[in-house]
Amino acid sequence: MLLCILTLVSKWAIPLLLLIIPIYGYLKKVPVYESFVEGAEEGFTTAVKIIPFLVGMMVAISVFRASGAMDYLTQFLSPLTYQIGAPSEVLPLAIMRPMSGSGVLGLATELMRVYGPDSFIGRLASVMQGTTDTTFFVLTVYFGAVGIKKYRYSIVTGLTADITGFFAAVYICNLLFR
Amino acid sequence: MLNLIWLLLLTSGIIVAAANGNIEIVTEAALGAAKGAVEVCFDLIGIMALWLGIMKIAEKGGLVKSLARLMRPLMVKLFPSVPPEHPAMGAIILNLSANMLGLGNAATPFGMKAMQELQELNSQSDEASEAMCTFLALNTSCITLIPATIIGVRLSCESANPTEIVGPCIFATAIAMIIAVSLDYWFRSKSRWGRHQ
Repeated sequence: MLLCILTLVSKWAIPLLLLIIPIYGYLKKVPVYESFVEGAEEGFTTAVKIIPFLVGMMVAISVFRASGAMDYLTQFLSPLTYQIGAPSEVLPLAIMRPMSGSGVLGLATELMRVYGPDSFIGRLASVMQGTTDTTFFVLTVYFGAVGIKKYRYSIVTGLTADITGFFAAVYICNLLFR
Repeated sequence: MLNLIWLLLLTSGIIVAAANGNIEIVTEAALGAAKGAVEVCFDLIGIMALWLGIMKIAEKGGLVKSLARLMRPLMVKLFPSVPPEHPAMGAIILNLSANMLGLGNAATPFGMKAMQELQELNSQSDEASEAMCTFLALNTSCITLIPATIIGVRLSCESANPTEIVGPCIFATAIAMIIAVSLDYWFRSKSRWGRHQ
């Protein structure tokens, strides 16, 4: 039932937006096509503007990951997370989550394939994936779009939210699925 | 802060690779990522153009403004430094709504539009404003009501109940969001980092 509703919403959301907004605009006497092109032009310039920011961030993250430095960090932290009820298998997920969206989805998929989606690890991995965000990516892209170089305290806020999300996911999964 | 994180990621990676006798991996990873970053941006161009085009229609038809008016009581509290009628409010609401619905590819263009609107209010041009920090705190901790991607992965792994994680996800994000917004508020009003010299 829930699955039905959710798939229906995610299937229809975009087509409906693409249908309703132009019709609404037309009824309000907006020159719909001209307005579309006008807006689309802004999209182009913004996407190009973020290239240097994204190159800088992705190179650093990629070197950190490929060199094996991330694995060391995971090994270093795993005794700590075991204490709070998180299996060490999900730790790479938590560490990588703020840095790489696609990498982390690959990791989560791998965990579910190995341990099964309905195992504790599979469920925890799912909740973690649905909870936290790729903070570094979001900050890089959003600030890059307007040329902001000093992020002030927003990194601390974003990373604290990620850590909180991780703890909350571990807590709720232990409560419900153990 | 960011300078330090960036430097640490890069140098620790290079040192570890050297210690493991696998220094070639650094060159490979760095060049690959640089190329990959441009590819990400190229993929973004089309999506950005599409959604900002649609948004322009909604804006001219007055739809964005009515949405902003609807959420005004809440938005004024969260963003005291942004005038209630400012177009940034509409873009922020669109971004957060797209996030909640799990429409990641629509959320990014709306978010960048919101940042551009906020930047117009920002006098120091290369430093984040308070409203930007609040917006990003909300954005990175935003509740996803429909985590479509992960449900898809669970389905493909033949889960007996792919959607059982939706409730726990909402619980965990709600906590993360409360913490993020409170922390942002604290930085903004109480800390010297937040108040600007």
